[in-house]
Amino acid sequence: MNDFLLVLVVITALCFDFTNGFHDTGNAMATSIATQALSPRVAVALSGVMNLVGAFLSLAVAATIASGLVDTNVVTLPVVAAGLAGGITWNLLTWLFGIPSSSSHALIGGVIGSTIAAAGGHAIQWHNLVAKVVIPAGLSPIIAALVAATGTWLLYRISRSLTERARGHGFRIGQIGSASMVSLAHGTNDAQKTMGVITLALIVNGTLPKNATAPFWVILSCALAISIGTYLGGWRVIRTLGKGLVEIEAPQGMAAESASAAVILLSSSFGYSLSTTHVATGSIIGSGLGKKGAGVRWNTAGRMATAWVLTLPCAGLMGAGAEFLARAIGHTPGVIVVLVILAATAATVYWRSRANKVDHNNVNDDWTGSAAPADPQPAAAA
Amino acid sequence: MSWINLAAIGKIVGFGLIAGAGLPALFALGLLALSKGGRTQTAGAAGAGGADSDVVVGGNPAGIIVAAFCFLIVLAALGWGIYEIYQIGHPAPTK
Repeated sequence: MNDFLLVLVVITALCFDFTNGFHDTGNAMATSIATQALSPRVAVALSGVMNLVGAFLSLAVAATIASGLVDTNVVTLPVVAAGLAGGITWNLLTWLFGIPSSSSHALIGGVIGSTIAAAGGHAIQWHNLVAKVVIPAGLSPIIAALVAATGTWLLYRISRSLTERARGHGFRIGQIGSASMVSLAHGTNDAQKTMGVITLALIVNGTLPKNATAPFWVILSCALAISIGTYLGGWRVIRTLGKGLVEIEAPQGMAAESASAAVILLSSSFGYSLSTTHVATGSIIGSGLGKKGAGVRWNTAGRMATAWVLTLPCAGLMGAGAEFLARAIGHTPGVIVVLVILAATAATVYWRSRANKVDHNNVNDDWTGSAAPADPQPAAAA
Repeated sequence: MSWINLAAIGKIVGFGLIAGAGLPALFALGLLALSKGGRTQTAGAAGAGGADSDVVVGGNPAGIIVAAFCFLIVLAALGWGIYEIYQIGHPAPTK
C-alpha cells in the first residue's frame, strides 16, 4: 500500500488518456474537417462530447488490456508508472511529427516493456500478444480499407446523377452522423484502456479486490480526460489524415467514417481490442482506392505503416528504460524522477511544436509533404 | 489456442460491409430519391436546381417519402447499434 505512489500513477494514467484523446481526434474528425462538413472547432467539440458519451456507454471491458497480456502478479505501481511514461513519450513524439500512430499500441508497448524490465520475458503472455494485438493490427486496416472502398464505390455509383455541389452538400450532412459514430466508438474503446490501467493500479495497490470493475470516479475522470484531449484537437495528426493520404470529397469521407465506425464497433464486440488509428487510416486509404482517379499518397501511407510497426517496440523500450531508471533510484523517488523527466520531455515537445504550429486555422492547407504547412502564415497569404 | 479466428474475421468483414458500406449506400439512395424533381422534370436527371445549385431537395412527393424511409432505416440501424454496444458493455447479471 502506497497511496502517494498510487496518486502519481493515477495522474500519469489520466495524462496518457489525455494524449490518447488529442492524438486520436483525427481518427474520427479528419475527413469531416477536410471536406468542410464541420468547421474545425465544431468538429473537435462534437468529437469530445461523443467520446464522453462513448466512455460511459460501454464499461465492462476494464482491466482486460493489462491482465490479458502481462502476469499481474509481478506488476507493481512503479512498473505501471514506467509503462505509462513510455506510452506517453511515444504518443508525444509521433504527434510532433504528425504521424497517426496507435495510442493503444503505445500503452500496451509501454506496459509490456516495463514489465519485461521488471520481471523478464516470461511475465508476458506472448501468445495473447500476437493473437489479440499484433494480428488484429495487421488485418484491421485491410478490412477497413475493403469496406471503405466498397462504400465509396457504391456512393459515387448511386449518386452519379446528382450535381457535384448537391452531392457534396448531401454527403456533408451525412458525414456529421458518421463522424459522430466514430467518436462514439473511440470513446467506448480507448477510454476503456486507461480505465483498465487505473483499475489495475488500484488492484495492485490493494485498494480494490482482484477482479474488481472500474469504480465510478475512474470512469468519470477517464471519460473527462479523453474528451478534453479530444477537444483540444491533435491538429497535426488531423492534418496528416485529412490532407496527407487522399484528397477527400464528402462521399469518400462518409464512406471512410462509416467503415471505421462499423469495423471498430464490430471488432470490439468480438473481443478484439484493436487500434482505432489503424482502422481509420485503412478506411481513408480505402476511400481513395474506391474512387476512380483519386490517388493515394503511398509514401505518406508507408511512413505511417513504419511508425505502426515501430510503436510497440519503441514504446516498449521507453517503458523498459523508465523502469530501469525508476528501480535504480528506488521506489517512490525513482518514480518521481521518471515523471519529472516525462514532464520535461512533454514541455520540450510542446515547445518544438510551437515552431511550426498546426491549428484550426491552417489544418486544411494544401498538402506539401509534411505535417506542418510550408508557409507559416497561409491564411494571411490567401 | 489458435492464432487467428477466421470465423470472427469473416463476420467482421460481412457485417462490416453491411453496416459500413450498406448504410451509407442507403443514405445515398435517400439523397437520390430526395433530389428527384417535380412532375415537369424527367426522373433521373439532376433534379434539384441547376448544374450549379447545391440544393438537394427536388420536391417530388414520392421521392421525399422514399427518402424519409431510407433515412429512417439508417437512423434505426444506428440506434440499434448503439443499443447493442450498451448491451455488450453492461452484460445482464445472469447469463
